[in-house]
Amino acid sequence: MSVIYKKIQQIIGPLLFLKNEHNAQYGEIVKIKTSDESIRTGQIVKMNEDMIIVEVFEDTSGLSSENAEIVFTGDIFKVSISKDMFGQTFNSLGSPIDIRSKNILDSDILTDVQRDINGIPINPFAREYPIDIIQTGVSVIDGLFTLIRGQKLPIFSAQGLPHNKLAAQIATQSKVVSEEPFVIIFCGIGIIQDEAIYFLKRFQESGTLQNIISFINFADDPIIERLIIPRVALTTAEYYAFEKDMHVLVILIDMTNYAEALRELSSAKEEIPSRKGYPGYIYSDFASIYERTGKIKGKQGSITQIPILTMPNDDISHPIPDTTGYITEGQLVLSRDLHKKGIYPPFEVLASISRLMKDAIGADKTRGDHADVSSQLLAAYSSYLEVKDLISIVGEDGLNNDQKNLLKFGTDFEQKFINQKSNETRDFNQTLTIAWETLSHLNKKQLIRIHPSFINKYYKTQV
Amino acid sequence: MIRENKTKEGYISAINGSLIKIKGLEKYVRLNDLIKIPNYHILGEIIQIFSDQVIAQCFDPLTNISLNERVVSLNEPLSMELAPGILGNVFDGIQRPLEQLFQSFPTGGLERGFKFPCLSRTKKWHFIPIRKINEEINEGDIIGTVQETTDINHKIMIPPFISGILSYIAPEGDYIITDEIFTVKRYDKEQSFSMLQKWPITKSRPYNRKENPNEPLITGIRAIDLLFPIVKGGTTAIPGGFGTGKSVIQQILAKWCNADIIVYIGCGEPGNEIANIMKQFSETLVSKSHKSLLERVVFIVNTSNMPVSAREASLFSGVTIAEYFRDMGYDVAVLADSTSRWAESLREVSGLLEEMPAEEGYPAYLPSKLSSFYERAGLIRALGKDHLGNERKGSISIVGTISPPAGDFSEPVTATTKRLVQVFWALDPNLAYLKHYPAINWLNSYSNYPQFITDWWFERDIDWPEIDLDWSECRNQVNEILSKEKDLKHLIQLIGEKNLPDDQQLILFSAKMIKNGFLLQNAFDEIEAYTNYKKLLGIIKILLLIYKEGKNLIEQGLMVEDILGQDLINSILRIGQTVPNDAFERIEKIKSKLIQKLRILAL
Ligand SMILES: Nc1ncnc2c1ncn2[C@@H]1O[C@H](COP(=O)(O)OP(=O)(O)OP(=O)(O)O)[C@@H](O)[C@H]1O
Ligand SMILES: [Mg+2]
Repeated sequence: MSVIYKKIQQIIGPLLFLKNEHNAQYGEIVKIKTSDESIRTGQIVKMNEDMIIVEVFEDTSGLSSENAEIVFTGDIFKVSISKDMFGQTFNSLGSPIDIRSKNILDSDILTDVQRDINGIPINPFAREYPIDIIQTGVSVIDGLFTLIRGQKLPIFSAQGLPHNKLAAQIATQSKVVSEEPFVIIFCGIGIIQDEAIYFLKRFQESGTLQNIISFINFADDPIIERLIIPRVALTTAEYYAFEKDMHVLVILIDMTNYAEALRELSSAKEEIPSRKGYPGYIYSDFASIYERTGKIKGKQGSITQIPILTMPNDDISHPIPDTTGYITEGQLVLSRDLHKKGIYPPFEVLASISRLMKDAIGADKTRGDHADVSSQLLAAYSSYLEVKDLISIVGEDGLNNDQKNLLKFGTDFEQKFINQKSNETRDFNQTLTIAWETLSHLNKKQLIRIHPSFINKYYKTQV
Repeated sequence: MIRENKTKEGYISAINGSLIKIKGLEKYVRLNDLIKIPNYHILGEIIQIFSDQVIAQCFDPLTNISLNERVVSLNEPLSMELAPGILGNVFDGIQRPLEQLFQSFPTGGLERGFKFPCLSRTKKWHFIPIRKINEEINEGDIIGTVQETTDINHKIMIPPFISGILSYIAPEGDYIITDEIFTVKRYDKEQSFSMLQKWPITKSRPYNRKENPNEPLITGIRAIDLLFPIVKGGTTAIPGGFGTGKSVIQQILAKWCNADIIVYIGCGEPGNEIANIMKQFSETLVSKSHKSLLERVVFIVNTSNMPVSAREASLFSGVTIAEYFRDMGYDVAVLADSTSRWAESLREVSGLLEEMPAEEGYPAYLPSKLSSFYERAGLIRALGKDHLGNERKGSISIVGTISPPAGDFSEPVTATTKRLVQVFWALDPNLAYLKHYPAINWLNSYSNYPQFITDWWFERDIDWPEIDLDWSECRNQVNEILSKEKDLKHLIQLIGEKNLPDDQQLILFSAKMIKNGFLLQNAFDEIEAYTNYKKLLGIIKILLLIYKEGKNLIEQGLMVEDILGQDLINSILRIGQTVPNDAFERIEKIKSKLIQKLRILAL
């Protein structure tokens, strides 16, 4: 049952102030109809005996107290979800769109369920600790920072670094090795149309489009939609994971756009800012997105998240990466130096970590030598960087043999292990084989982190 | 004050986030009283009272609720239920049992309007009385016991402020926690009690008197137990940027520290981490008795996506439960991860109330709230006696993590906490980056407790004639070497390591040995994870012996590094990972080898 009102008293940014003459519900959705027949959606965010404050999901420009009609829907915001969404792109309200024209498409998809986009928080007791892996086909991730089903593992990128390429690569190559059903939900937040087209093209070319459900919020869409779209994507993910028993990998790009929208809205509401103008609740707000990952006891499916963000001014202590790092189970950091050297994907491996990896790799999961090898690679690479510093003091001739080995190792590690084509998939075995090739530049005695039995099995002397 | 016992009703007049304004209750409620929205089973707590309305923060989301919705006062403050059945449980910030919730909602969601009692009303406990009818009893006296878990004997105590004549005590038998267990007669009034007590979370439970700490809380982490020790009854903060290892330290403490009971408060942290800890705990068996560690733990869990108002309560809920076990005479460790998230929940609610903020948006009462938490730590002599007239001591140690934005220790929560605690383990992102764990910065961290526990260590010293240093002398020497190394660092950058004089090279070598062979400790290695006091003394004495002999050798123009040889050095560096706690003789063997090498030279 809906009730119509015409009582807008004030419009400030995305907020409408209505006189309270209707027994509304907190969180209720209202429709705003204007004389030009367009309909916008908003939600009640605050109410008292005189006033109702509605946050409008779309643009508020063009609204006036004269031309708008408010319809109370008596319901909270729900998104329609269908089991047939594969291969298509949706906007923040869950309507199918065409990326090239930005038009909303006539939909012939049948709605199976409608769900509150805020979801229901998972009972911590109901969580199952994640220990199964996803293979991304990217050596650095699989070999050094393995992605676990149910993990949230962000990528910290920066302006001008190839995170789009990487996002597309992960979206098109990832799989669960166990042959269980697996789907990618790709969520573009505030991205430009060219980027959206690029992603679509990559998905089509790789032949995996039918395995991907996309949600796109364009850079020129109203900012408030940026806050909604990840929630719509995650609500969809929850449906597939926990009602359809699938493993879902959600890629969110770019969370920096999300956070900026959050800041803008907060300042429109005249809230007291905390750091760099971001609201004090940025942690809780980010958590309400990132925490929608995981596994639930007794259920087959899982939700994994790769949120991608660009660090403003390459600053990892900026509130956006900093807050993210506090919530997520590790981080993958991209490096401008390696990028300049032409290495793709340019991972800064020493700054990266996957916190859930240690319990999820090994003999019956990936390979017995995996843990030792990854720890050895990181240790050796760190020594390699020290040796490089040393050269500036003593010169290359002043190095001893071990140090010379490290130089060879480090170069190969960057060129062959980290470096990879953007459409090249390597499985765990290939990744570990390349790892051993680079490690074999080192003297056996230098491999202090690897168990001798693995050295005997995999080490081959370089010619 | 006379108060009618009739339920009073009001109605909601405004909703904003987790806050509601209520009209009609303003004359009947006290600050911190609980309210309830009966139609939805939502609980809330009164946080402000005005002449025409009150403001309450609710512990569940308010979606769907309309103005004019009915609200009733429960006429009591937010309290913990204290009785057998607490241990091994997982509660949310206001003690709702999360396992029960999962059983009722197997889809795994945190559904609103949960109405189970906090502690089971059906489970029976075997009660054994130890006092007799007609005996005079006072507050805190133990009148009987329940064996709650293999190790924990739950003492049934006379609640605070109650005394008189024991006019009834139940015979040995099985009872649920609400059955009548004893009655107390004072003057002509008789009052009936069950095993269940309730205590408001914001009030500290009374005790007889506070004592000076005299025993370390052994953590098994070498860097801590030697350099920055904590004590039973002490307060500690662990500040550190993301991923520096705060939670890992808390987990080690929860698993291995020598407290009797652990209250683990997961406050605004991610849910997978809690799942991980619970899994580790149920799988880690205390070897001799084959019971899981869960038996000594109480979890209070309010993950980051749960309502912030319950997050605010969770620290006080945890410490209230801890006080109850302390009063029984146990050593309790309260581990709170993370106090920053707790402070942020204060800030969020304060923002909704539109209060005038102090620093960085935090309310001006942040320091007083924080101190009312840490103030509840301590070693105390409890109220009351047992049937033999014995008094008892119990302690609460608090260890709280801090998650400073950008790892900046000058921010309000870190700065305030620093004034309140005695121990500060500053975690260093540079050490974490180098995978040097635990990433405790040895120059910025401190502990004010060593003086209290010197005797304890002295009594347990190992007697090695070759190196005559006790625990506190070892500390001093390690600190000296590490701080000298720091000064040398600048010099190295200018002239290179090999151009330093021999004695300075020895400092560098010794510092490196201490860092890699003692301070570095992998929490995930089975042998390495926990180092007992004897092994700790063994390792550090060997390292300092090398330093001592190294000085002598310099006089002969020799470098100890060259003489020991890489193999011996490696075997010393690997004692931590290779020698189990109960194989001290192997450490002695390594020491003998070391002495031998040095003696051969002296000949
Ligand atoms: N003592 C240790 N031994 C080995 N590894 C460690 C140790 N401490 C930390 N680590 C590594 O660092 C990672 C992060 O540690 P932890 O989760 O404790 O960080 P944190 O400080 O709690 O981070 P956050 O603020 O994000 O909660 C761990 O997953 C582990 O890989
Ligand atoms: Mg942590």
